This record gives sequence, structure tokens and C-alpha cells, in this order.
Amino acid sequence: MRYIEPHAHMVSRITDDYEAMRLAGCVAICEPAFWAGFDRSSAAGFYDYFCQLTDYEPKRAAKFSLPHYSWLCINPKESEDMGLARDVLGLIPEFLQRSNVLGIGEIGLNKNTRNELRILEEHVDLAARYDQLILVHTPHLEDKLKGTNLILDVLRADSRIKPGRVIIDHVEEHTVERVLDAGFWAGITLYPESKATPARAIDMVERAGMKNIWLNCACDWGRSEPLAVPRTAIEMSRRGHSREAIDHLVYGNPLRFLSQNPRFQIP
Amino acid sequence: MTREQVLDLYFMDARCKLIELAAFLDRVDRSDGEGDFRLQSLRMALPLLSSSEAGRAKAVLEALSDPTLEPIPSANGKGACGAWPGIVSH
Repeated sequence: MRYIEPHAHMVSRITDDYEAMRLAGCVAICEPAFWAGFDRSSAAGFYDYFCQLTDYEPKRAAKFSLPHYSWLCINPKESEDMGLARDVLGLIPEFLQRSNVLGIGEIGLNKNTRNELRILEEHVDLAARYDQLILVHTPHLEDKLKGTNLILDVLRADSRIKPGRVIIDHVEEHTVERVLDAGFWAGITLYPESKATPARAIDMVERAGMKNIWLNCACDWGRSEPLAVPRTAIEMSRRGHSREAIDHLVYGNPLRFLSQNPRFQIP
Repeated sequence: MTREQVLDLYFMDARCKLIELAAFLDRVDRSDGEGDFRLQSLRMALPLLSSSEAGRAKAVLEALSDPTLEPIPSANGKGACGAWPGIVSH
């Protein structure tokens, strides 16, 4: 089996995870910028983080013959401080030149505040001005439905944004249809407790179709499973899905979306 | 898959989770003090499982969601708890 892991926070994982993912059939990893579990105190902290994502982490992945790509932004959890957020936004254009950067992400909302929404709009504007792909984080648990609706409003309000170049991640049963119906790609995140289990993820795919959906593990410093995508592929096989259908979902779909940026290459 | 095959694959898992939920509610009943909106939300969502309509997972998620439309002025914290506090007054 081959698969692409389109959303993993490898800076929080041990090197053994790279090896395990490679052994399970992973052929490329993509890492969006996210919250470190604490608020960084200055834009300089983000500068160092962006260097880690674009320089150090690709070298760590390369030890296992894994291409490593990244997405850049300030996570909505830190965008309440609009001064800091705008300083970080100012850093991003310089890093967009780096060879492993695929776009702007994971932007979005956390608690659905006015400041988060404003910084989301500014990220979308940045992506539009630099013609970048966009990866969107939708809020957790009780905030997801409202946040998804607000995010869709922001994206649809900007006529420069092409829905086919935007993936809205962490969809669940109550948000997947509205994301796909609006023409955007949808990401299903596989987590042990929140978001989706492998069984529910396959349910969603069986009901919504697998045209513009990808699966990801979003493994980070919390409870998460770096091998969640191949485990879900096994679950699909148990349900009787064909090898071709599984390959389409876990390899073909992320390849199709990510290849919109010509930097994305599978060796 | 046939219904029989679905049961073969998932019945034991569903049975386990159902008993865990029942035990959780017993545990809550045995404990002292008042509950809060989380318990109220969970109890309001439980009847959705008995629906004869498809889309039960979606309905449960919606029942546990913030149904409002406007962004809030500012955040009190970063985390989410899985139920909407406003359910109490909504």
C-alpha cells in the first residue's frame, strides 16, 4: 500500500514515527504550521518555527526517504493578539520562496472570535495575493459547526479564491456536506477521541463519495496516531472496498490536490 | 456490505460503547453535587439514537454544537469541552 500523509505535525513526533510511517507505505508528509501548546511570545519565535518547518524537518524526514512539505501561518489559537498575528503575517512572504512550502495553513478559527475572524481574512488575502493553496483548520467540538459556517462565508466573500484550491480540514458528519457542496475539498482527521474514528471516516466517504476528500492523522503532541491513515485503509479493506478505491482515497486524492502546487513531487 | 456483515464487524464495538455510556450515566448518578450543561446536553442527545431516520451521528453532533451565527467578542480560553454552555438558557 502507498499513501500520502497530508497533515501531520512531525515537529512534535519522535524520529521512530517517521520510520513507522515509511514502513507502512507513506511516500510524502505535509506539515501545516500550528499551535505549539503554548503561546509564543514574539514573532521571532515564529521565525524560528518556520525555519524548523522549512529547513530542519525536511532533513529529518529525508533520512527515511520521505519528502517533507510545509504550510505556513499563525494558528487561530494565537491570533487573538492581532499585533503579534500581523507581525507573523509579515514574515510569511519571505518563507513562501522556500522549496518545500505548499501554501497557507492551517488557518481558520478556534473559538470563533472577531479577532480570529479578522486574521483569517488577512490570511486569505495573503494567499490570494501570492496565489497560494489554502489549508483550513475548523474549530473543535461544539465550536466546529458555527466555525465552519463562518469560514465558508469568509472564503466565498473573496472572489479571488478558487474553491478547488482550498481544503477545509477536520470535517465531521455535520459539516462534510456543506463543505463539499460549496466546491471545497474536505479533510477528515482521524483521532482516537475527538474528530473522526476510522469507521466514521469511512461512513462519511461512503455517503458523500470520495471525489474531493482526503484522510489525515494530524498527529501532534496530544493523543493522536501517526499510522491512522493506513489503519483506516485496512478498515476499508475489511469492509470490502477494492484496492483501487483505497489507493484513490489515501494516495490519488491528496496527490491530485497537492499537485496543484508544482513543488509537490513524489520521487 | 450486508447488514449481517456490518453486525459481524461492528456489533461488539457498539455494544461495548453502549455499556460504557450506561456505566458513565450510573457513575454520574452516584456522584455528589450538581451536574452542568455537559450532562444536560448529553441527555438531550440520547433520544436521537432511537430515531428511525438515518443521519443520527450528524444529529448528535448538531445537538452538541453552538447553534449561534455571530462571532463572539473575545475568547475566555482556548479549549473546547464538547458541549455548548448556552444550552442552559437557549
